[in-house]
Amino acid sequence: MDNKINPMSRIFLALIFLILYAPIFFLVFYSFNSGGTMYGFKSFTLDWYKELFQDSRLLIIVMNTLVIALLSSLFATIIGVFGALGIHSMKKRQTKNTLLSLNNVLIVSPDVIIGASFLILFTMAGIKLGMFSVLLSHIAFSIPIVVLMVLPKLSEMSPTLIDAARDLGASRWNVLAKVVLPYITPGIFAGFFMALTYSLDDFAVTFFVTGNGFTTLSVEIYSLARRGISLNVNALSTLLFLFTLVLVVVYYFISQRNKPNGWGVNK
Amino acid sequence: MNNKITQNLYLLPYALWIVLFVIAPLLLVLYYSFFDIEGHFSLMNYMNFFTPVYMKMAFSSFWYAFLITFISLIFAYPTAYLLTKTRHKQLWLLLIIVPSWINLLLKAYAFLGIFGTKGIANSFLEAIGVGSKQILFTDFSFIFVSVYIFIPFMILPIFNSLNEMNPSLLDAANDLGASKWTTFRRVIFPLTINGVKSGCQVVFIPALSLFMLTRLIAGNRVITLGTAIEQHFLVTRDWGMGSTIAVFLIIIMFLIMSVTGNRKRGV
Repeated sequence: MDNKINPMSRIFLALIFLILYAPIFFLVFYSFNSGGTMYGFKSFTLDWYKELFQDSRLLIIVMNTLVIALLSSLFATIIGVFGALGIHSMKKRQTKNTLLSLNNVLIVSPDVIIGASFLILFTMAGIKLGMFSVLLSHIAFSIPIVVLMVLPKLSEMSPTLIDAARDLGASRWNVLAKVVLPYITPGIFAGFFMALTYSLDDFAVTFFVTGNGFTTLSVEIYSLARRGISLNVNALSTLLFLFTLVLVVVYYFISQRNKPNGWGVNK
Repeated sequence: MNNKITQNLYLLPYALWIVLFVIAPLLLVLYYSFFDIEGHFSLMNYMNFFTPVYMKMAFSSFWYAFLITFISLIFAYPTAYLLTKTRHKQLWLLLIIVPSWINLLLKAYAFLGIFGTKGIANSFLEAIGVGSKQILFTDFSFIFVSVYIFIPFMILPIFNSLNEMNPSLLDAANDLGASKWTTFRRVIFPLTINGVKSGCQVVFIPALSLFMLTRLIAGNRVITLGTAIEQHFLVTRDWGMGSTIAVFLIIIMFLIMSVTGNRKRGV
């Protein structure tokens, strides 16, 4: 198949990849610059990393971001899985479609709208802006993603599996815990990871619903970037890039396992 | 009977989520759009919206979003096409997606360095004899960075629809004497139009409501609807006007979804 690609197309693809990755490697490269700017590389240094690890404020923000991401994707996964089970069990086509469209509203809405409307919601409900409001919004916008990742797995599952389990005397709870959940586990993991990356990546929604006391990494980088360039941010982005790569590798293996492998229980 | 109750029980958190975080925020935005800054009920916001100031802003917002979508499509389509021709195409696709998982803010921050007055782009321009130019805070940089950020989301759906296409159709077209261009125009493109549509949808709607890039990269020169919403909610605290713009954006969003929304049909 490879011989179908002529040299011109090869160059085109190479250019696209170059442009996609250049800014990231650019950041990584200058994180080792002792000059303190993103031009004119002076000499190699690890000072920015040292400074980063001494900046306790920034480290707390990193912890906040991770805690929010983990907690929100955990809750979103639980609610989303039950939501997907509910949608899947709907008999009427119409109800199913309505639920699915409602589910997708938050996926297609621009972040600004989500942020602004949640800001109104929290203010009306009297919820103080801060960690709690950020956590709630992250759970809220992650749920539909989990549902979308789990639903295909559910519809792929043969209904005869459930009938068999019922015939063999399994209770409803047993059917869920021993048959359905193991079957859709890859979908659940995929949903959890998607939720995690959405939460880690989110800027706009958090920017709206965070109060004065609480910041996540994206919001912090935004305010740092508005003040100008500081190579701490470069050092931070190198570490985040590595972290993302780890996530990608994990996600890749999960999706490999996710590939249709006949039916039956995984493991 | 028992069946019904358990079913409803596990749907409860999900149903609550739909009511509280999907329906309520939309209604609240609509509600707020009828109040002026002093909290009196009025239609002033809507009248304000249809003045030249906001109309011009809406128009330029559309124009930029259109340009961003169009340019992304022009580069994404051949990229997706060539990717389907490579060996290990799933791996290459993953490599295209990885940059989209890097925090958005960090990518924007990288371009502050690249496009800066003494940045690498200007060094390059000087080296080829064009001379140093103001790149940051121009339309060019804004569109370039936006396309950079959105292009993976355009490539993915197009890749998927190209990948699903039955290759024997191409052989058939070839056997029937169609030229390469005719094959593309009459066979390949119509069969992948759904991928193109969903790609345009996932790029156009967020592009309409960008606000972080307009501040960081375009230096407030470009005011999109998203920037205006952010401005009204977080700076001038005129939630009514902000909500009015948001209502307008939501209507546009539903319009675009109904235009690009595709029911899957068999070939």
